[in-house]
Amino acid sequence: MTHPLGPPPKKDPQRVTRPPELPPVQRSRAALGLTAAAARGFFALQVCDECGTVAYPPRDACGKCLSPHLRFQPVADGGEVIAETVIRTSTDLYFRERTPWRVGMVKMDCGPSIVAHLHGDVAVPGRCRMVAKLDKGGNAVLVARPERWSEAMADDPEWRELTAHPKFRRVLVTSGREPVGQAVAAALSKAGASIVFVGIAEPWKPFAGEAQLKAIPNVQIMPLDLTDTSSVTELAGEIGGKTDIIVNTADHVRPGGVVGADSLVTAREAFEVNVFGLQRLAQAFGAGMRARGADGVNSAAAIVDVLPVQALANAPDFGFYSASAAARHSLLQCLRAEMRPGGVRVMSVFTGPVEDEWRQNVPPPKVAPAQIAKAVVTALAEGIEESFVGDIAKDVAARFAADPKVLERELGQ
Amino acid sequence: MAAATTPSRGNPRRPYRDVAVAVPVSIPYVRYSTDTAHAWIARALKELTQRAGIRPTDLDGLSVSSFTLAPDTAVGLTQHLGLSPRWLDNIPMGGASAVVALRRAARAVEAGDASIVACVGGDANEVDSFRKLLSSFSRFAQDASYPYGYGGPNGSFALLTDHYMRTYGATREDFGKICVAQRDNALTYPQAIMQRPLTLDAYMNARPIADPIHLFDCVMPCAGAEAFLVTTADIARDLALKHATLLSTIERHNAFPDDPIQMRGGWAMDVGELYAMAGVKPDDIDVLETYDDYPVIVMMQFEDLGFCGKGEGPDFVRAHDLTNGGSFPQNTSGGQLSAGQAGAAGGYLGLVEALRQVTGQSLSKQVEGARMALVSGFGMINYDRGLCSGAAILRGNGA
Amino acid sequence: MTTGVAPSGAELLQALAAGIVSGGVEIVDLTHTLSPDFPVMVLPPEFGQCQPFRIEEVSRYDRRGPGWYWNNISMSEHAGTHFDAPAHWISGRNLPQGTVDAIPLEKLARPAVVLDFSRESAEDADFLLTRAHLEAWEDANGAIEEGAWVLFRTDWSKHLGSARYLNLREDGPHSPGPAPDAMEFLVKERAITGFGTETIGTDAGQGSHLSPPYPAHFILHGNGRYGLQCLTGLDRLPTRGAVLFAAPLKIRNGSGSPLRVFALVPRHEERTSA
Repeated sequence: MTHPLGPPPKKDPQRVTRPPELPPVQRSRAALGLTAAAARGFFALQVCDECGTVAYPPRDACGKCLSPHLRFQPVADGGEVIAETVIRTSTDLYFRERTPWRVGMVKMDCGPSIVAHLHGDVAVPGRCRMVAKLDKGGNAVLVARPERWSEAMADDPEWRELTAHPKFRRVLVTSGREPVGQAVAAALSKAGASIVFVGIAEPWKPFAGEAQLKAIPNVQIMPLDLTDTSSVTELAGEIGGKTDIIVNTADHVRPGGVVGADSLVTAREAFEVNVFGLQRLAQAFGAGMRARGADGVNSAAAIVDVLPVQALANAPDFGFYSASAAARHSLLQCLRAEMRPGGVRVMSVFTGPVEDEWRQNVPPPKVAPAQIAKAVVTALAEGIEESFVGDIAKDVAARFAADPKVLERELGQ
Repeated sequence: MAAATTPSRGNPRRPYRDVAVAVPVSIPYVRYSTDTAHAWIARALKELTQRAGIRPTDLDGLSVSSFTLAPDTAVGLTQHLGLSPRWLDNIPMGGASAVVALRRAARAVEAGDASIVACVGGDANEVDSFRKLLSSFSRFAQDASYPYGYGGPNGSFALLTDHYMRTYGATREDFGKICVAQRDNALTYPQAIMQRPLTLDAYMNARPIADPIHLFDCVMPCAGAEAFLVTTADIARDLALKHATLLSTIERHNAFPDDPIQMRGGWAMDVGELYAMAGVKPDDIDVLETYDDYPVIVMMQFEDLGFCGKGEGPDFVRAHDLTNGGSFPQNTSGGQLSAGQAGAAGGYLGLVEALRQVTGQSLSKQVEGARMALVSGFGMINYDRGLCSGAAILRGNGA
Repeated sequence: MTTGVAPSGAELLQALAAGIVSGGVEIVDLTHTLSPDFPVMVLPPEFGQCQPFRIEEVSRYDRRGPGWYWNNISMSEHAGTHFDAPAHWISGRNLPQGTVDAIPLEKLARPAVVLDFSRESAEDADFLLTRAHLEAWEDANGAIEEGAWVLFRTDWSKHLGSARYLNLREDGPHSPGPAPDAMEFLVKERAITGFGTETIGTDAGQGSHLSPPYPAHFILHGNGRYGLQCLTGLDRLPTRGAVLFAAPLKIRNGSGSPLRVFALVPRHEERTSA
């Protein structure tokens, strides 16, 4: 049985914060296919196009028929754990600090044997389900977890290391003025966050849902205007040392393309929020979080950005908005690499059109704020780097994966 | 267990004709050293040539195994050491290196491609070099093994030891008996790194490394070198060298890939041929030198080399005294578990020791009447199991 | 000073300078500090928005500039304590000298008349200053002189930093301002130079519901007059006797500009003893 996680004690100011180390980061190019799938929350292995053999470890040619045509595909995730060990000493600086560490050998129903992290509740010998997670270095690792899951199992120390679960963590939600930020704050509070700081820009302006927001347990309202560097810096000065997760829900949406002479000021406002807002957050909070990536139960864990799926391809009716989303996406890729040395994950939650006043004339299906909130909590609890919320986001992602150029023409009809 | 020999497709193996193996050289190991692999190998070759009574330039064949020569290979070493061989080999097979080097060199000597081949394995061990070596070992290990707790070989062998124990009922005491016997043997070998007795209690109570592997299941990485000469029987006689005759060898890589976890090595595929070529039976073997990076693999070799059936390893161990004076002398210089593991030289340790035992040159306690030795090699955990296996049978004139 | 003869410019300036140095003349700052958290006018979101003041450090004796400190700033022309030129409003779009770069300088240094309606504003956030209020004020204080800046004291600047400043509710902001007839009176019958307020605009919070909408803007600018808003320190000015300096930045074709507004006033003792 997983030992339930207790609230972490207050930090001992005399102890040096454990510096973040990363598990081994080197991977072959083929292995990055596993990472790409894990980043999206999938377990996929290479399958040979010619003979159907499932291959593992990742390779460049089939070990049965020598075909070079191997593709990552979802495969049956069941398996039998046939051996286990508990690593108690390691020359690796990361694992050295985290032993004992349980590892198992799993004979997969789909064929190969896999050396995997072994969840504490898996019996040996016994059945398991294989899942792919990103480790602190941002690479895929495989984890054998119990076939039947209960929420309490998320407290397993190896599991927690491979996720960014909000339980007992202190979260900053950047925009409490809008329904998305409010829904995310409520969901994180429910998921066990010990504090949910909620940023409010221009507090002199009342907003819908204010009273309900303030009534959410563990919510603390903080002044935060992402377009104002000094505001972000001041907030970081106040809570930067204890912010474990940031969920950036700020999104400046306006219709308009780029030819219209009237769009530049609005486009600039969109970029100020969507792009430079994210950069200001990263600048004010990033270094501190990176230094606290291994700081115990409530270590700094993740920066989640909620952004429109138009980051992948431009929807001309919302042309400059899409452009800001694309810039945001690119910035997240950079931030992901920059936060990696601290073991802090950067997660993108791509959404379809949100049900709001700016998109009244966008046809359904649209995404409700509660759906986004659920996806944010799932991304954190499961450690998913890229998730897509709503049918449109999933559809755009599939088309993007198939051919970005075709998608461009489709969205540009 | 029946050997699953692959049909030879009408090309039967030819027996070795008068291949002599001579001049067993073991450069004493040290735990840490700032000396490079080049220096260790040079030291071994110097002793090898001096004891053979030849000049280094008389070596017209060279076979090198080392993990720590980078950025050099055997090629760079020729210029570094001033050798001009007409036959050169570089064997990156870890624990299988010596057997494979011997196989290759034997055929070269037979064919006349070379006359006197020096086979050498040697490695440096600086303070941090084991950790660095691990991190660049293999692509599958990098992708699929090290990210899982980074136990290195300890982690991989822990899993297959655990599986073997579950499957065949082996106990830690059984492995302990192997380790204690080898330590007893090492106490008779002045060059062993481990010079203090090991009791079963101490073995059982040692600190856990990766369950069920504990401290005395693991070898001690160190620096050192081992070498021997391969030449014709005629030349060996001309040089008045005590030598053994090579009777047979086998080699196999990535055997039984469909086994879900390693339960047997490649020997099981080829062991029939090993004995048939030598014209001997397991009972005829006087001295066995197994590859012993972990005791479980020793037990598997007892099985796979035909001394007992699959799964009978634990009973076999319980039934025998594995010391040099016992009923089944095994790893007579202490094996790597007690003599130390000097990188690729670890793959040479058993062969060089066997050569000493059957030619009456033993530095450890001489096994009485030892003439027939079986040496096996095992190496290279690429992902979850050792891929290379090999074995050789040598016959000498004894003490 | 020679009696009976109008003093020369040099004499006037010399006397003024002496007054400033000796303290007989005080300078009162009527400007709020420009800062990112200073509120701006709230317009329906589908309209273009007024950008608040923003400041980004370029270097501060660091690797970006080891020996010097400076910032980039950006803002709307109508952020912080600011000046509205006639061209700001559609009613003034065709007037000559309607942009900040073209305004004659003599318009920018003028006597100020302070109308204190702070008590009425405290009682009613939607207080509307009407012609009747002005006439009553003139009965008590004398007529407003031509060419003066009229400063509408509400003490609203004291609400800055709280929600009360904009006083936004679901039906919009609520703050005091002038009624159309008051503006007509001041512009047409008193020929004022401009109208200054402590609130976020020259108009009342609910000014869009008046006719014409935003009467201060519409009438002032349609007649080539100026607006000042987000003033502070009006409570330190005498009803009469202050000289106001309000020179906007010289922005080409600019509709307004943040600026430093200050007034020269007789020293406090002189005022009270007078």
